[in-house]
Amino acid sequence: MSVLLESLIELIRRSSAEIPDDVNEALVRSLESEKKGTIAESAMRIIERNIELAKRKSQPICQDTGSVIFYVTCPVHFDTVTFEEVAREAVKEATRKGFLRQNSVDSITGKNDGTNLGPGSPTVHFHQHRGAATEVRLVLKGGGCENVGAQYSLPQETLHANRDLDGCRRVILDAVLQAQGKGCGPGVLGVCIGGDRATGYEFSKQQFLRLLGDRNPNPTLDALEQDILKTANDLGIGPMGFGGRTTLLGVKICAANRVPASYFVSVSYMCWAFRRQGIELDAASRISRWLY
Amino acid sequence: MLPLVAPFTEAKIRALKVGDEVHLTGIVFTGRDAVHKYLHDGGKLPPDVNLRDGILYHCGPVTLKDDQGHWKVTAAGPTTSSREEPYQAEIIRDFGIRAVIGKGGMGEKTLAACREFGCVYLHAIGGAAQVLAECVKRVRSVHFLEQFGAPEAIWELDVEAFPAVVTMDSNGNSLHRDVFAHSQAELARRL
Ligand code: SF4
Repeated sequence: MSVLLESLIELIRRSSAEIPDDVNEALVRSLESEKKGTIAESAMRIIERNIELAKRKSQPICQDTGSVIFYVTCPVHFDTVTFEEVAREAVKEATRKGFLRQNSVDSITGKNDGTNLGPGSPTVHFHQHRGAATEVRLVLKGGGCENVGAQYSLPQETLHANRDLDGCRRVILDAVLQAQGKGCGPGVLGVCIGGDRATGYEFSKQQFLRLLGDRNPNPTLDALEQDILKTANDLGIGPMGFGGRTTLLGVKICAANRVPASYFVSVSYMCWAFRRQGIELDAASRISRWLY
Repeated sequence: MLPLVAPFTEAKIRALKVGDEVHLTGIVFTGRDAVHKYLHDGGKLPPDVNLRDGILYHCGPVTLKDDQGHWKVTAAGPTTSSREEPYQAEIIRDFGIRAVIGKGGMGEKTLAACREFGCVYLHAIGGAAQVLAECVKRVRSVHFLEQFGAPEAIWELDVEAFPAVVTMDSNGNSLHRDVFAHSQAELARRL
């Protein structure tokens, strides 16, 4: 087996079975903040126990192992063709080993061939840089939470949302309200203000690569992130929508330029089973460092 | 925490209230999209599947056959219930179901059926695949495996102390309706 293949299978295994530290810390804080004896607290306790059990048994945290999305940062002249071939092989092998559920369905025939391979499955994004390092990040994006994502085109009359920051705030909070507990909250929002319909959602998902505790370098977006997080948690939706203090664990917002005619706000929702990991590869494609 | 042990009589189910946490012990049958559509379209159950006074679980488990040919459940969390809203009320009525387990809650039609026929909606913890799989003690049987595929088949499972919360009861109460109304009002004050 090639070294790269082995490294990628290990990346998939760990992503599927282990919650990254930053998310786990946020979940523990949320468990501690829920009122004792409430169903919200019980839900968080079960979530904690599930995380511990999955790690110990090296089994998927959730049975929906999601869409498999790779983000690769690589030097100039990196062989992306070979990488993608090996990544597909790694997904197939990880599925055979049970780290991923047979989760990919042909949209026309409804057939599931059990390999998790097909058009767009997995997705691999390459980003070249001038440095020498190769970093591979992986997000397993569940379907239940993907279904509660939303894209708004401003102005939105019913929500009184104009083409300004207050309008953005209104639609993002509407997405939280509509989602209730259906995306397996407490969740994390990734948001993109601007872009087109495709890049808007694309950039909103890339926000999930940020550490939960980081702060946005743009002071305007930072203030919006903190405000949405606090306001959402004041709504009382709570874990699983049971009512309670933690509705969101984090909010990450970016902006992209738009054409004058469009003003999109794209919101992606990540469930509590926030599966993302990353590795740095050495010259021999061995894992030299874990990124989260 | 209330132990809820089979058999599930109407009186026992009607005594449950929104917000009660239960630990369920007994037989549950899984059923998701394909099963709901099939039963709603008038499909017949195999003679040895009896849903009367039973529990239907919206779940597509991950199952493996061991060396001796016994099925084992390795992941068994709930799937989103709202997809079954068009079918659920009639299925509760026609098959005499006493409890539906799922996640995300269901709508007014199902709530009305719970009230009329004596049924509750039990919310399991979404994503807690490993904790819930540990509560499955045995796979008793599987039906429609060929026809619908493993996740969509009817799995008859013995569960023990399976944790869930009553979020829709048989007295017309729904936690989902209440939390939505409350959060909507709170949001309106903050816009
Ligand atoms: S939303 Fe997330 S936790 Fe919930 S079932 Fe889907 S993948 Fe699992």
